[in-house]
Amino acid sequence: MNVTIRRAGDRGSLIEFPDNAAAVRAARLLREEPSGLVDIVIGHATVLVTWVEEVSDLVPIVERALVPEPEMVGRSVEIPVRYDGPDLDEVARLTGLSQEEVVARHTGVEHVAAFLGFQPGFAYLLGGDEELHVPRREVPRTRVPGGTVAIAGPYSGVYPRDSPGGWRLLGSTATAMFEPAREPPALLTPGDRVRFVAA
Amino acid sequence: MTQFEVVSPGLLLTVQDRGRPGLAHLGVPPSGAADPAAYELGNRLVGNPPGAAALEATMDGPVLRFDRPTTVALTGATTPEVRTVELLEVGRCVGGVRTYVSVRGGIEVEPTLGSRSTDLLTGLGPAPLRAGDVVRVGPEPAEQPRPATVPGPGVPDAPVLRVVPGPRDDWFSARALESLCSEPWRVSSSSNRVGIRLEGPPLERARHDELLSEGLVTGALQVPASGQPILLMQDHPTTGGYPVIAVVHSDDLWLAGQLAPRRCVRFAIDG
Repeated sequence: MNVTIRRAGDRGSLIEFPDNAAAVRAARLLREEPSGLVDIVIGHATVLVTWVEEVSDLVPIVERALVPEPEMVGRSVEIPVRYDGPDLDEVARLTGLSQEEVVARHTGVEHVAAFLGFQPGFAYLLGGDEELHVPRREVPRTRVPGGTVAIAGPYSGVYPRDSPGGWRLLGSTATAMFEPAREPPALLTPGDRVRFVAA
Repeated sequence: MTQFEVVSPGLLLTVQDRGRPGLAHLGVPPSGAADPAAYELGNRLVGNPPGAAALEATMDGPVLRFDRPTTVALTGATTPEVRTVELLEVGRCVGGVRTYVSVRGGIEVEPTLGSRSTDLLTGLGPAPLRAGDVVRVGPEPAEQPRPATVPGPGVPDAPVLRVVPGPRDDWFSARALESLCSEPWRVSSSSNRVGIRLEGPPLERARHDELLSEGLVTGALQVPASGQPILLMQDHPTTGGYPVIAVVHSDDLWLAGQLAPRRCVRFAIDG
């Protein structure tokens, strides 16, 4: 089996998959089955599961996730962005592109939400233009305003609320990424397709 | 309806209940009482239904002014200097660091995502209480209070937390797990409900590439580049990119929640 199950304490397991798509499939299958799990958390090609009471055998479910299936088409979400972020200039310098080209490449592709973490509603978006893969800042900022659109490594993301952050800031959006009273509270879910649009 | 004014919150006074389990996939930390057994006991003593919200006092107890006589229970860390003349003055925490003030009727604040817990990492739930805040108490429950003095487990002089190795123990040298479980670790004073920072001999990595973000459990011993582990507590981020060498056993998490700054703690492999 192309899967490694690692112990994560006495009430958890970290399941490693060959790729992200299998992890997303497994999380969906685990959520559909009445398995008694408390949390099912997707990471980069991993799924963390936790429980309080004994759970049913997860291996058969995990094995089903290894069978590729026709690509699930997630929802399409457009996020309007004002590209006036403080790091736009530096990203241009690091990539050798003009600021206009940075914006064109960020808006020119469809991103896919891989998983959520860091803050409520913060989705790690993959699929960005490889020319825009820049390292995170050496020294993180102590405060990045909520609504900031940023990139780091292979990821794009939108800070849901004011928080510390080490990513490179390209611009900002008025789209609310997380509202506790909304159902579902998070705008994005793994598998969703995201296009940034210059506003 | 009963209410009280916070005359003094002590070092940190938050509202806590059973937290927000099951929402980690949205990036929502578990939160909830750092010493769950002490919190649950408090609700039983005052006749509250399980899950009613209580106050979690840190290091120093609060001073509260109630608008009428009411029944409260103090559980968790011992507070030898309690006074109840006009005000409820809880005094300093001794032994542990967290005392629960359970009020008959429960703390009545607006729940967020099904819980009244303050989450210090993300700001979900009510803000930590400040002097002058007026807090409402819920309606009288049907259950009668059961006043009692219950001997608690107490924080031992030489606390030991049992750990399960992994999920990323293979990212460390063989010596690292050995020194985690043989050396004393000092609790740094910059510890809080997000994590307990531990000071000791740096834990040596065997792999130096970057781990991509993955889900984290409460009790995880996450090791950043400094080699000094951080024990993740209730308000921990749901994902992170530092390898986790071992996870504290769920039965011992309450003890982690009662560790005072500058104390030493040891770890022992569980099974």
